[in-house]
Amino acid sequence: MSAEVHTHDHDHEHQDHPTPNFWNTYVFCTDHKMISKQFLITGMIMGVVGVMMSMLFRLQLAWPEKKFAILEVLLGKWAPEGQMDPNMYMALVTIHGTIMVFFVLTAGLSGTFSNLLIPFQIGARDMASGFLNMLSYWFFFLSSVLMISSLFVEAGPASGGWTVYPPLSALPEAMPGSGAGMTLWLLSMTFFIVSSLIGALNYIVTVINLRAKGLSMKRLPLTIWAFLVTAILGVLSFPVLLSAALLLMFDRMLGTSFYLSDIMIAGEALHYQGGSPILFEHLFWFLGHPEVYIILLPALGITSEVIATNSRKPIFGYTAMVTSILAIAFLSFIVWGHHMFVTGMSPFLGSVFTFTTLLIAIPSAVKAFNYLTTLWKGNLQFTPAMLFSIGLVSTFVSGGLTGIILGDSALDINVHDTYFVVAHFHIVMGLSAIFGMFAGVYHWFPRMYGRMMNKKMGYVHFWITFISAYGVFFPMHFLGLAGLPRRYFTNAEFPLFDTLQDINVIVSLFAILGGIAQLIFLFNFFYSIFRGPRSVQNPWKSNTLEWTAPVEHIHGNWPGDLPEVHRWAYDYSKPGLENDFMPQTEPMQKGEVETGH
Amino acid sequence: MNGLLIAIVLFLAAISVAQIVRIFELSSALNKEDSNAVSPRDNDRQGKLLLIFGILFELSFFAMVYAWMPDTLPQPSSLHGVEYDALWDISMGTIIIVFLLVQPILFYFSYKYRGVEGTKASFIEHNNKLEMIWTVVPALVLAVLIIYGMTTWSNTMNPKNDQQPIVIEVYAQQFKWTARYAGDDNTLAYANIHLIQGTNTLGVDTLDKNYADDKIAAEIHLPVGRPVLFKFRSQDVIHSAYMPHFRAQMNCVPGVPTQFQFTPTITTTDIRKDPEVIAQVDRINALRLSQGKDPYEYDYLILCNKICGAAHYNMQMPIVVESVEQYNQWLKEQKTVAETL
Repeated sequence: MSAEVHTHDHDHEHQDHPTPNFWNTYVFCTDHKMISKQFLITGMIMGVVGVMMSMLFRLQLAWPEKKFAILEVLLGKWAPEGQMDPNMYMALVTIHGTIMVFFVLTAGLSGTFSNLLIPFQIGARDMASGFLNMLSYWFFFLSSVLMISSLFVEAGPASGGWTVYPPLSALPEAMPGSGAGMTLWLLSMTFFIVSSLIGALNYIVTVINLRAKGLSMKRLPLTIWAFLVTAILGVLSFPVLLSAALLLMFDRMLGTSFYLSDIMIAGEALHYQGGSPILFEHLFWFLGHPEVYIILLPALGITSEVIATNSRKPIFGYTAMVTSILAIAFLSFIVWGHHMFVTGMSPFLGSVFTFTTLLIAIPSAVKAFNYLTTLWKGNLQFTPAMLFSIGLVSTFVSGGLTGIILGDSALDINVHDTYFVVAHFHIVMGLSAIFGMFAGVYHWFPRMYGRMMNKKMGYVHFWITFISAYGVFFPMHFLGLAGLPRRYFTNAEFPLFDTLQDINVIVSLFAILGGIAQLIFLFNFFYSIFRGPRSVQNPWKSNTLEWTAPVEHIHGNWPGDLPEVHRWAYDYSKPGLENDFMPQTEPMQKGEVETGH
Repeated sequence: MNGLLIAIVLFLAAISVAQIVRIFELSSALNKEDSNAVSPRDNDRQGKLLLIFGILFELSFFAMVYAWMPDTLPQPSSLHGVEYDALWDISMGTIIIVFLLVQPILFYFSYKYRGVEGTKASFIEHNNKLEMIWTVVPALVLAVLIIYGMTTWSNTMNPKNDQQPIVIEVYAQQFKWTARYAGDDNTLAYANIHLIQGTNTLGVDTLDKNYADDKIAAEIHLPVGRPVLFKFRSQDVIHSAYMPHFRAQMNCVPGVPTQFQFTPTITTTDIRKDPEVIAQVDRINALRLSQGKDPYEYDYLILCNKICGAAHYNMQMPIVVESVEQYNQWLKEQKTVAETL
């Protein structure tokens, strides 16, 4: 399709938009393309903060006795003479977790790519509600500002772990971070949930109502399937976290006892009676586990698209891929208890959760094998996006497998909350999702900015990131097998762990290397926005609808009529056709049989 | 001032990188090639790199196992721990086999099917037989693991006793552990934080008829071969009693009592004679000697494994497993609650 400009106007409803100025173009914008950029840039800023925090606490873990001047520069009174305070260590791991899980991999990933791709790939002019979409971003922005501002309160930010289990998070007497820092954390998360909910509702409504003519659910690209299911997961699970957070606020501010009972702290018996901290854990993980898939599914969706395009082959087993997304989503709601095997829950309940948890391995295996078979007999084009997608398949397999150990209640007993868990979830969820996000940025950068990112820098970025990612998290399995608990400020108090210090040093070196390598990405990204070579309309020779719209962003995405869809998104290298791709807008040719149904 | 200098240097570095990139782009524009389209040479090079990475990744897996497994936990020192390790070996063996099969396939395919100019990919959209195979085979393997896991879990959590277990309360608070032995009647007196007063630091109810013979200790001694029922209590926040040598862990939750039972099978003296442990301790002590630290003697431990505050990293208590006679002797030396109050 060429980008010829049709002469007739958009639909009438799109004619009366206000004259563009700075404020409604770059700030309070209702256009999904701009909102997606806003989510991406905010997510990247939060990502820089989150990754830098991890580098700081890795310094502490590898060299606990050394003093680092940089720590005092960055942390001030929390690192007198360059020696980190234990409370600051706790705060860093807490905020690192919160930022990476929610701000980067939930809002940054879903917010960016759902916003960019849903209207483009379903052939819509914009989201169902541009205004709600704008609100969704600004609630996210507000929540980001609150979270960052919590770093500057006198007693320090929230530091009870990103899971904020009470009573630790409820009582300022238990640790200083549970005072004003925790209040800001809860406020920030409340706005975050609001943002996430209205965003998700908008995505669902848009996908269901605004698909282009001919785009049946069976022809939907897997990206859109993944975003749709992710949004449904969010709508069903985030409200539960909101209620958990509200009850925690009540306990903290109004003296209720939802989560607290029989507590003596700082020499004083408190009045709380009859509550249970375990209730909070149930509510938290009822969101917390689906949250893992809220993070992972969009990355898998992006990967499906990138791998198919760059293998020049249809995604293998489209129906099985959709089914496995749905199966994973359903199961993700009935497995939360596997985070709580050692809380004293009924052993029978533990068995049920073991059963449901290990079932998730089946659809996950189907996805992994389908990716492998998509590569099989392909004509692989190694763009940076493709490399990151292959990296995702590798980490998804490596990390997913250890889930079979941790999901088994009997085995969880001895590795629960050790570094084995840290290794597992960082590889399967952190790395996979961040690789999916990088793949998405490299792949759709031309769609976002009309320019290309530099390929060579992309290659260097991928290789350093991929190697250091495994270098950081693979050795952690062995720390866990040695019985080293997570969230220890130092393990120097236990001679038993002395010989593990080598591993800690290796991990930290890779963490620093990997962290610094992200500068290459940041440089490439911002340089390419302004100076990158201009992109052609369909740089990856892809089938989906977003590449039929003109390179420059226009209000309403397509000049003239909306595209009409005649086939599924994966007619790559179809026999009998001249090109190795066939956009969804091309009608069936004479004698051609429709595939993918 | 230093910060400013560093900022300037970083800024200049960024500018020079930008200029270098610009030169590359301009020169490739002169050569009339699209520098950001993937060339056949890129495909060849990246495909080979992926293969090399795949090989090195597998080799480094074996290297890590060789180098670091000796520093991991030794054989289990509890009855159910043996069953635990058996299940562990089966599950770990299974996932390692899958890992060692799937990763090479991924990197080999990436290399083998790297893009070559003028070739076309095969159009293969689905194959229900294959989908069936990789749904059913994992399902069968998982069925075995699930049933085995559930059996082990059930045996661990509901142990059958041919002897009356010794009852010990493990009391957690920021940032220390205390043990309370049930005494001659093997029944713990009721205790609550609201009853904490003066020397009654665990809040033992002195109106409870079972209170007098309870004994409070700063370390845990266990008789070998006798089942022990731990009852956990927390004074302030959630802690977790992690006893890795015994493959045992349970959270201590304020207001919610929890328990865990196991039977220790190897005395502290005997575990110190285990060849793996001797080798590990030798390595640790060689390191400590070079750092001028005191030599270390192997001990069983209880560690806190749930984030509980600033000194979470140093909340520990030794556990001593000894013969029944030694245990009885030690217990006799401990003061009863009635004596201390």
